[in-house]
Amino acid sequence: MKAPTLKKDLFVMLIFSAVILTMPFWLEPLGAGYPDLLQKFAIFGIFAVGYNILFGLTGYLSFGHAAFLGVGSYTAVWSFKLFTMNVLPAIVLSVLVAGLFAAIIGFISLRRSGIYFSILTLAFAQMSYNLAYSVLTPITNGETGLQLAKSDHRIIDRLFSEAGEGLPSTTFFGLEMSGYSGFYFCAVLLIIAFFISQRIFHSPFGIKLQAIKSNQTRMKYTGYNTRPYLLSAFVISGMYAGLAGALMATTDPLAGAERMQWTASGEVVLMTILGGVGTLIGPMLGVGIIKYFENIFSAMNEQALHQIFAFMPDWLADIVVAITSPFVGEGWHLTLGALFMIIVIFLPGGIMEGIERIKKLFSRKTEKPVQQAEDNATS
Amino acid sequence: MDAIFLQILNGLDKGGAYALIALGLTLVFGTLGVVNFAHGALFMLGAFCAVTFQKLLTISKQVKDESITFFDAFKEQPYLEIWFGDFGTTIIDYSVPLSILFAIPVMLLVGLIMERGLIRHFYKRTHAEQILVTFGLAIVLQELIKSWFGANPIPTPAPEIVSGSAPVGVLLGMGESVVYPWWRLIYLAFSAIIIAGVFAFLNLTTFGMVVRAGMMDRETVGMLGINIERRFTIVFGLAAVVTGLAGVMYSPILPPDYHMGMDFLVLSFVVVVVGGMGSLGGAVAAGFLLGILQSFASMNEVKSIIPGIDQIIIYLVAVVILLVKPRGLLGREGVMED
Amino acid sequence: MSDKKNSAGWSRRDVMKAAGAFSAAGAMPMFFSRGAWAGETFRNDPGKAASVKLGFNVPQTGAYADEGADELRAFKLAVKHLNGEGDGGLMNTMKPLSLKGNGILGKKVEYVTGDTQTKSDAARASAKRMIEKDGVIMFSGGSSSGVAIAVQSLAQEMGVVFMAGLTHSNDTTGKDKRRYGFRHFFNAKMSGSALGPVLKKEMGTDRNAYHLTADYTWGWTQEESIKETTEGLGWKTAKTVKTPVGAGDFSQYITPILNSGADTLILNHYGKDMINSLTQAVQFGLRDKEVNGKTFEIIVPLYSRLMAQSAGKNLKGILGTTNWNWALKDEGSKAFVKSFGSEYGFPPSQAAHTCYVQTLLYANACEMAGTFYPPEVIKQLEGFKFDGMGNGATEYRAEDHQCFKDVLVVRGNENPTSQFDLLEIVQEVPRSQVEYDAKIFGGELGPYKV
Repeated sequence: MKAPTLKKDLFVMLIFSAVILTMPFWLEPLGAGYPDLLQKFAIFGIFAVGYNILFGLTGYLSFGHAAFLGVGSYTAVWSFKLFTMNVLPAIVLSVLVAGLFAAIIGFISLRRSGIYFSILTLAFAQMSYNLAYSVLTPITNGETGLQLAKSDHRIIDRLFSEAGEGLPSTTFFGLEMSGYSGFYFCAVLLIIAFFISQRIFHSPFGIKLQAIKSNQTRMKYTGYNTRPYLLSAFVISGMYAGLAGALMATTDPLAGAERMQWTASGEVVLMTILGGVGTLIGPMLGVGIIKYFENIFSAMNEQALHQIFAFMPDWLADIVVAITSPFVGEGWHLTLGALFMIIVIFLPGGIMEGIERIKKLFSRKTEKPVQQAEDNATS
Repeated sequence: MDAIFLQILNGLDKGGAYALIALGLTLVFGTLGVVNFAHGALFMLGAFCAVTFQKLLTISKQVKDESITFFDAFKEQPYLEIWFGDFGTTIIDYSVPLSILFAIPVMLLVGLIMERGLIRHFYKRTHAEQILVTFGLAIVLQELIKSWFGANPIPTPAPEIVSGSAPVGVLLGMGESVVYPWWRLIYLAFSAIIIAGVFAFLNLTTFGMVVRAGMMDRETVGMLGINIERRFTIVFGLAAVVTGLAGVMYSPILPPDYHMGMDFLVLSFVVVVVGGMGSLGGAVAAGFLLGILQSFASMNEVKSIIPGIDQIIIYLVAVVILLVKPRGLLGREGVMED
Repeated sequence: MSDKKNSAGWSRRDVMKAAGAFSAAGAMPMFFSRGAWAGETFRNDPGKAASVKLGFNVPQTGAYADEGADELRAFKLAVKHLNGEGDGGLMNTMKPLSLKGNGILGKKVEYVTGDTQTKSDAARASAKRMIEKDGVIMFSGGSSSGVAIAVQSLAQEMGVVFMAGLTHSNDTTGKDKRRYGFRHFFNAKMSGSALGPVLKKEMGTDRNAYHLTADYTWGWTQEESIKETTEGLGWKTAKTVKTPVGAGDFSQYITPILNSGADTLILNHYGKDMINSLTQAVQFGLRDKEVNGKTFEIIVPLYSRLMAQSAGKNLKGILGTTNWNWALKDEGSKAFVKSFGSEYGFPPSQAAHTCYVQTLLYANACEMAGTFYPPEVIKQLEGFKFDGMGNGATEYRAEDHQCFKDVLVVRGNENPTSQFDLLEIVQEVPRSQVEYDAKIFGGELGPYKV
């Protein structure tokens, strides 16, 4: 395999940054250009990009990455409660704690491979979730979720100022972390995270991980101890998840146990596969689709549909609304499920495969992009 | 002492249920090599066979309550009762056991359609793609059930005669307080029969031997001129029926709702993997082991020593077993390890 | 489920009109209301727009989807009535009434919907969408206390009023209360106080109770409240056992009850957990048991009719409490059941009732305040006394934003006259019996202006 040149990487980076930073503008007509959803795109983008470093490169299917996201969130909120509302220490702490957590779970789980590995990670995540929901309530505040309170210590903040009347909000040295500024903060971190991921993919380390995926036994025979490489990949992706968790708490200071449930772990798996496992951009596309459905499709009702189809003649609009309404609002799960099936049936390799096919239609170049070679998941 | 005995019985009961629910998954997993995330949906469909059959039996004549004018309040009387009197009532009472007869053809059909229409095309695809497509299918199936039956659970009671408890203690010369629900005892016996039946089918018939040979080496079996594809279709159909029956029989214990499949999905996977990939016996052993340990971990005496242990016991056991025995209890080398 | 969706919603013409009005509003966002609070800027001020938006955030997927669907029906009905369509429902019986049937402050009411999935994160995301994108001035809904508490604190951060739907935990108006959050529904403490006298009458003062409690905040507060009541009656508490949420099979928690010497089982479960644990407890023959010479009894402190349907005949004869029931005979309840029943073809649930009332109460407070400016609206709601809404004379207590009103003690109906007639009202416990001091739960409402 020939690694692409640095120049090409930088070009991709530039495009990527431009697309991410202009999201508020081009997502506006799609009804998705408001701060909360934009933040979620960026945050889950980080989560999925990080997850892809493990799954996409090594083929190890972790079903427990939501645990690291949850740990990151809890750490961040505790940092807000104990130290300061500044997000910098919260983020640094979260990434470190999530990394530590990932190191422990990864060290144990990576003793096994294949489905056995998946179940080990699932078991650890489910234990974390169940305990956080119930007996660990003093630390996690259980079902309600960990929230800020006026009585929190915030020792660093208290050195500089008195507590205000209401609850303080999170800041990055004075920059508000809610609304659009919060989005841009997350977006910049996403771009950095993407850049690091890109460098990992094209580094000797990344190549070795891919070699593990294609044939672990042969790697071992050639004298490589694969475990340290796998563990590094696991910890890195765990730290990405921790960062995502910290950002969730940063933009909205609350941490709930359900962030660690197996469905949350499953979601990032689905996002990655949907977009295209092992491709750089794919996971981002998967994030976009799933979050868009969850937030926009679920909120449509007949009233909203009528507005959308208002350009049609009355009778036609009525018919179209009657046909489409079971698939939006409370039916958004149905549409999402059907979409999963359609994409995977017609586009093995996810949405990126579709994009590649379209590209091929337009250019006669036979040179295959590097991502394609990495497109096989576990076999 | 009585308490311990009850807890053992409870563990066996749970174990039987876990083993039966996981049996179909391990069949599909072990023989066809497909990660079937729609397994839970099959379980749910089975339970809804019981619901549908009950609804069919209780199609009712509706007598309007005249005192309420702004919506239709009915006193319902099933036609079966009107036509056949007490006999009709008895038939309705036995709707859950009777619906087994209804569920077998329905689930077989569902299984065959699923295999022919979808799963077959994914034998050679990656596990990741299998997960995505079967998960999508599971969502679609459960949403269809929800749009038809609503989101609330629907009561499907066991027949009156077995709706109470068996005086197990009196029969065994123990305390009077040792009782256990009849239906759960029936479920235990039922799972034992079904599990034994599946074992016999795979181990004692030629068909079973070919399928097992196909599991080991599909190409060689194919070269021998045996149509292994067709047999795989039948195995999938069988798995669907077994899972569906597990659902039918479970419906009096857990009133069915559209989401119940997802609730049992993770559990089924844990049971199958702890048992070891490709091993039916392993799945059964794991089912009973997890059931009994869960039952004991839920005892107040245990919970007071280790708080929250009942919440995590299944996962904890899974971790310990997979660390001690690399391929689960009875797993074969090389199955789904890469 | 036969849901006459089409007749419930909006006619196409309404929508077109409303859409036009809304785009006009978007074109001039810089105008603020020129009332007594001129110059006060607040989030999502409708300004001179012809319409105003409310957000209805209910579970549309997950275990409480049916309850959410019923809440949504009630919200749509409330919007209709506020806009002067339909038969007016509770606007005919509510006293004192400032609403005129021409929307709120002359502005036509529109709504947006969202799915909470009964998850805090999803509920907050959905609420944020309503606030940031759709520009709602108030939002409402809910089916779980965890979600209610999570979005209530969001309401405070964002400065948008939240009128809670179904939430029963003491914490919602106790230690987690917020200035921008209001609850009409009753709570676990009130359930306990209401049950007390009835339990004494029906079961005596010498009982030994065994609790199975859902292992999260709502379960704990209910266990605590009920235990306080029963121990006050002289009952003993044999054991309190926490069960994992969504356990499905509760048999391993039921078997120990058989030997415990307890003669009463109290199920602090709600929704699916309650349906499953009750069904299974009955299968274990608990209700046929005799302990200490007394018949074994099961109590379900929080009831709902939708749940009663799912538990089938297992629920017959079992005592519990509920916020409201469609079989009540006061003018308000009758008016609401008529209005809801003729619209949808079946009676409303208690979740639907509380959501409908909350919407009307908010709108009424805006009329009274003469502005949408939240601090003024909140001041109108605080301490507001009203009647004719189905629960008798009611007061929104200013100290904790909890409504105080009569509580119903109900029993699973032994001989239902129709498919909806599942709960029989045992007693309407007067408000004075369920009142408590706001200070006992602590918590702080926070500032008016955010």
